[in-house]
Amino acid sequence: MAPPRNRRPGFSRRAQYGLFFSYVAAIGLLLIGGTLVLVSRYNPHLFAALRSTVAEVTTPVSSGLDAARRGIGGVPGAIGSYFGVRGENARLKRQIEAEHAALQRALGLERENQRLRLLLKARDATPETIVVARLVNSSASSTRRYATLNAGSWQRVAQGQPVRDGAGLIGQVVEAGPNASRVLLVTDPDSTIPVRRASDGLPAIVTGRGDGTLDVRAANAAANPFRPGDLLVTSGTGGVFPPNIPIGRITQIGRDSATAAPVSNPDMADFVMVLRVFLPEPAPPPQPFPTPKAK
Amino acid sequence: MALDLTPLGVPSPRPRARWLAPLSIALASLITILPVVATVPFLPPFGLLMLLGWRLTRADALRVWAAAPLGLFDDLVSGQPFGSAMFLWTACMLIIDVLETRIVWRNFWQDWLIAAGATGFVLIAGRFIAAPISAKVDAALLLQAGASAMLFPLASRLCAWLDRDVQKA
Repeated sequence: MAPPRNRRPGFSRRAQYGLFFSYVAAIGLLLIGGTLVLVSRYNPHLFAALRSTVAEVTTPVSSGLDAARRGIGGVPGAIGSYFGVRGENARLKRQIEAEHAALQRALGLERENQRLRLLLKARDATPETIVVARLVNSSASSTRRYATLNAGSWQRVAQGQPVRDGAGLIGQVVEAGPNASRVLLVTDPDSTIPVRRASDGLPAIVTGRGDGTLDVRAANAAANPFRPGDLLVTSGTGGVFPPNIPIGRITQIGRDSATAAPVSNPDMADFVMVLRVFLPEPAPPPQPFPTPKAK
Repeated sequence: MALDLTPLGVPSPRPRARWLAPLSIALASLITILPVVATVPFLPPFGLLMLLGWRLTRADALRVWAAAPLGLFDDLVSGQPFGSAMFLWTACMLIIDVLETRIVWRNFWQDWLIAAGATGFVLIAGRFIAAPISAKVDAALLLQAGASAMLFPLASRLCAWLDRDVQKA
């Protein structure tokens, strides 16, 4: 490549000053950038409004691309099912007749079950779902693991709410815009979730490792008590995540911590559910009654 | 930099690179809106690659401070902490300006080496800014840096193609 033209842009004072001030501006902006990094290190959600403004514009595009991706991915299956449908129809008709008797028996059992539940006054422990939406894109070029959800405060999504799919916990809403929100996935290095072992309730802490797996540390045992295959579920401690949502399965045992594979793959999840915060934050303590100042 | 020169009193037509360069860099940053929920950082920083492509194939397309607003936009869509790309991209531009005074006659291989160093620097520094030291992202990060370095010739060709309206003297 040819060398750039002489760095002194001729004898024009205006051009010389312009070049000089462009470097002054660059160094000034460099310093501002460094300051912003420090600020966002201590208050990472300070600039959430700016980010969600951009996300409001990009999320509909992502949603459209996502729908196109799912549509194209469904084409081979649709063709196959078109040809398979005649044979399947005949088979299903036979199956319905065979299962009619079983269905009647099951309906009877269901009625009995409802009666018994009423007697016990038992309630389903599933917490209320706020909205069902899709994860449409993510921070695929960053070492942080964020995903964008195509629902926001217009759908009553708020900061702090847990996000799960059918298989297990996916993450937590960290920033909610009007129609899009950011979800911190459980695999993010900054995500920390209190869990317990499903078999015996041993408490532990799950942290993301950033490479798609989870780091598990027992909360109170000195030795490492985990075995491969142990299922971890949320414990409900801390009041954010409802208890008993599966989160991961132990795959490897380290010296003082274990590695777990998450049970849900956010890229394969068709829909995710945003849940209510398990125990909402308590109301602020009452303000002391203002006493008149003594003169 | 020397765009204000008007030889023979005839102003040369404004090259379209002046507006196309920032636009193409911002569009390249927006590649993260692809509908994929990643579990590892696998996408190369396309915005940075385009920035380096423009800077190294056509040095006068971008003012030296233009990396800062473009980096700020990249921070809004990339998931990195706000300000990190603004800081690191501007640092890259200044470092390349310093290198340009030392390595004056460069060929493409040297440009490629500079770009590989710059993407590696931005990715590794960005990792330390964004994620705690204990995060196990280093293997994925090295792959990402390698892929980014391999993609630089493509970005460079794309910039040259976008810049084809310029009449070569």
